[in-house]
Amino acid sequence: MNEFVFFLNNVVISGLVAGSIYALGAIGVTLLFGILRFAHFAHGDMMTLGAFITLVLTWILAGMGVSSGLPLAYFVLPLAIAITIVAALGLDRLFYAPLRARGAKPVTLLIASIGVTMMLQGLIRLLFGTGTYSFFEEVPKVIYRLPVEGATRAITFTQPQAVGVVVTILAVIALHLFLKRSRNGKAMRAVADNPDLAQVSGINIRKIVRLTWIIGAGLACLAGTFLALDVTVKPDLAFNILLPIFAAAIVGGVGQVYGAIVAGYLIGFAEVLAVFNWSVVLRPFRDSLPDWVPTTLAIVPTEYKVTVAFVILVVTLLLRPTGIFRGASS
Amino acid sequence: MSLIDLSSVVAGYGGVPILNGVDIAIDASDIGVIVGPNGAGKSTTLKAIFGLLKVSAGAIRFAGADITNARPDALVPMGLGYVPQEKNVFPSLTVQENLEMGAFVRTDGSGDTLASVYEMFPPLREKRRQKAGELSGGQRQMVAMGRALMGKPKLLMLDEPSAGLSPKYVLEIFERIVAINRGGVGVLMVEQNARQALAIASRGFVLAGGKNLFTGTGRALLDDPEVARSFLGGAKPA
Amino acid sequence: MMQRAGILYLGLFALIVATGFAMGAPFTVRLLVEASAYALIALGLNIQWGYGGLFNFGMMGFLMIGGFAAVFMGMPVSPEFWDSDGPWMLGRALLAAGVGALVIVGAGRLHRIGFPRWLQRTLQVIAWIAAYIFFRTQIDPAIAYIEAGPEWIGGLGLPVWLGWVLGGLLAAGVAWLIGKVCLGLRSDYLAIATIGIAEIIHALLKNMDWLTRGTLTVSPVPWPVPRPQDFQAWGTSIDASFIYARSGYLLLVLVILGAAFFLLQRAYHSPWGRMTRAIRDNHVAADAMGKDVRARQLQLFVLGSALMGIGCAILVSFAQIYDPSSYSSVNHTFIIWVMVIVGGAGNNLGALLGAFLIYLVWLLSEPVSQWLFTTISGWTEAIGWGAIPDITSRSVQMRVFVLGLVIALALRFAPRGLIPEIGAGRRRGEPKQQSPDEA
Repeated sequence: MNEFVFFLNNVVISGLVAGSIYALGAIGVTLLFGILRFAHFAHGDMMTLGAFITLVLTWILAGMGVSSGLPLAYFVLPLAIAITIVAALGLDRLFYAPLRARGAKPVTLLIASIGVTMMLQGLIRLLFGTGTYSFFEEVPKVIYRLPVEGATRAITFTQPQAVGVVVTILAVIALHLFLKRSRNGKAMRAVADNPDLAQVSGINIRKIVRLTWIIGAGLACLAGTFLALDVTVKPDLAFNILLPIFAAAIVGGVGQVYGAIVAGYLIGFAEVLAVFNWSVVLRPFRDSLPDWVPTTLAIVPTEYKVTVAFVILVVTLLLRPTGIFRGASS
Repeated sequence: MSLIDLSSVVAGYGGVPILNGVDIAIDASDIGVIVGPNGAGKSTTLKAIFGLLKVSAGAIRFAGADITNARPDALVPMGLGYVPQEKNVFPSLTVQENLEMGAFVRTDGSGDTLASVYEMFPPLREKRRQKAGELSGGQRQMVAMGRALMGKPKLLMLDEPSAGLSPKYVLEIFERIVAINRGGVGVLMVEQNARQALAIASRGFVLAGGKNLFTGTGRALLDDPEVARSFLGGAKPA
Repeated sequence: MMQRAGILYLGLFALIVATGFAMGAPFTVRLLVEASAYALIALGLNIQWGYGGLFNFGMMGFLMIGGFAAVFMGMPVSPEFWDSDGPWMLGRALLAAGVGALVIVGAGRLHRIGFPRWLQRTLQVIAWIAAYIFFRTQIDPAIAYIEAGPEWIGGLGLPVWLGWVLGGLLAAGVAWLIGKVCLGLRSDYLAIATIGIAEIIHALLKNMDWLTRGTLTVSPVPWPVPRPQDFQAWGTSIDASFIYARSGYLLLVLVILGAAFFLLQRAYHSPWGRMTRAIRDNHVAADAMGKDVRARQLQLFVLGSALMGIGCAILVSFAQIYDPSSYSSVNHTFIIWVMVIVGGAGNNLGALLGAFLIYLVWLLSEPVSQWLFTTISGWTEAIGWGAIPDITSRSVQMRVFVLGLVIALALRFAPRGLIPEIGAGRRRGEPKQQSPDEA
């Protein structure tokens, strides 16, 4: 039983948490890919930016003497999302929109997003240094332990993990309703499908582009804060997970929101399964196993976790280049 | 006052202009058909009207208002509908969603128009929950025309509506076009199927090299031996 | 055009001379050595992106491989390792990898001798898994053994310039493997795939303590020319010893850079160069004309990566330290892109100018922002807001921001770079002349 609980803690819960973060990031990437037709490499840093904005807002709130049993990050999150959105719209206006207006190709916008990445990273490090920060200076991180009958271990997860997964699910449902039911949501899918026809149907493309940034940046802030609550806040917080996020967007099929969600969780679970030490599961049969079976049986050592998303990406691209949900091919 | 009125329009994609002074005028009761050889500027004329490329000289008026170089999202609410030749549906949207996109700019309810589009194209009602990308070519053309009609246009512009369709569908689509026109919508279309199209046209325009070569009623053009020889593939069969 | 290039190069020269007066000769010679090595790397990217339109965002990986090669060739032999069981165990692991590769390749061809496709596919997947497990059973104990005993395998004790050659060869080899798999991808996917590969190489070299000492770092990596210490031993003053030694190094690097530049210019104007540009501008048409697009792109990818490997081997041996954890995408991939884009993609003169100019900006933005922050800090203190904390560490970060701004501005206001490619009517990034679609 203990082994089962261990598996639950290290695979199911970790996979859910990682998958939720990847899915939130990948939705933004895939939407921007679908509408603006370029790979927005600065998306990871937009997540980091969102986390730092949340952090600063909690400092301000704490400075005003507000305190609560819950981390202040929960309360300032809506405002942080709004600020991140404004920042994203500003970046678009300053750096991407002029290139689009000139008719620049998507690769030029991609290179521009590298510039934006550098600016955001430079700015964040300039303001906050290279150290790490925590949302849990004032209040301790609440840890839930659900005892399991017949096991000495308990199912363990933290409060921010639970909140994060629930909020992700709510955000995905809200996005689903928006895309399927609302006029602007349908228009957004129409633009992703066929921008020229959307234009001759009278859809204001600029407005849809703005809407895309709003959703993408909002979810990025959410994902960044969620990630920061789970670990710590640091300047290279999300740049390191750029690969899994882009892998999820491509594996899911470019422009396909549902594909990005599925692929986000797929990659999240694949990663934790790959670094999971399977010998733990074999422990009950320890005595009957031949002694050449090593004590650590992980498919990939933890330090090489980055290879998992990459392998999934490359295998997908080679076998099914349009992704599992058949995304835009051009 | 004509519904649409192009006078000496010069336009292109930057560089050498493709249209070198095109004159076209039709009324709300007309079906106007533009024919001509490849590269004559037929599709380009429709695009110029719809603000998809730059008009460098001349003027385009719609119901009296100057719409030269206006943006598409301003033209649709004024009552212009445009069906491009290729890629004229949203493949991953359902048929009904495709039609709704046609009514995007409308602020009044579009339920009545939707019902009348389904009445005009009955197969679409059956397939309204199906993705447009999964339909046959003829049904896709219906979706495309239906989408344009959802904006309640005063003028419907069609770019080669019969391209790639089987003869049975060509006839059906042309019948619908006549029906749409009877409902009070002016039609301006580009066609390769010149003879068939001119047969339903009240106004015909033969373009070549970005200029008007002949202008007249559809009947007159069909009967003109010169037009028949150069553009309709020989004399009219007896 | 040549006039414009001349003026720009004169300006660059003036800037370097000014830097020399402001920061002193040892600093400036160091700057020139490093900038020349970066120029070699930028030429490598220019081959890939400028000549071939290939989107390589994995420079960091090729650079790390080049650096490793310098360490492996140049560092002294470790008798502790060679006298232990380590070589034997590593040899077995290598053999296991070879056998595994053979089995995988063999399984890939089974359908040719009559196996049904599904069976062949299944067997190939099984072959991959089996080969991986077999390799792990050999390499894991070898690593544990080496890290417990002699710590790492040491070097070969050969002249370090052989390491530069090896750096080029290793980077080329890895590029060939990557290119075989990834070059068919559309450009933005290629960018992501190469970023992924670079991250994996980074993770590997950082964690393979037995090979690179990982975070423990390797130093001192030898020089191919006399070092400052050598000059000091011969009785030169400390200041002069740095200038002499670094000038010697600079001379060597400039010879390599000059040779590379000369050969690349020849190649650019040859039929081979014209064909690669034709492929870049319209690979569908080139394909239709019977040109082997994939093979040509693979050549460019391998050649460019080789230059990157050599460039970083030069950098590592100049710095005398190899620290795998100090590599980052920003400092080792993005900066090269800034150099090539700002200089003018497709034009070697432009890439060269871009490399020197951007490296200058990169190095100088630190002291300049330090001066700026100190000045502002003086004001804020004067009006009672207190001084800016941690000025030194903040100034280092300023340069990342500055470069990001530089590339964003370049794309907006000079998308073809300072010295654009000659005769390029339309460049990537500019709107293509649209043709009427009625044809």
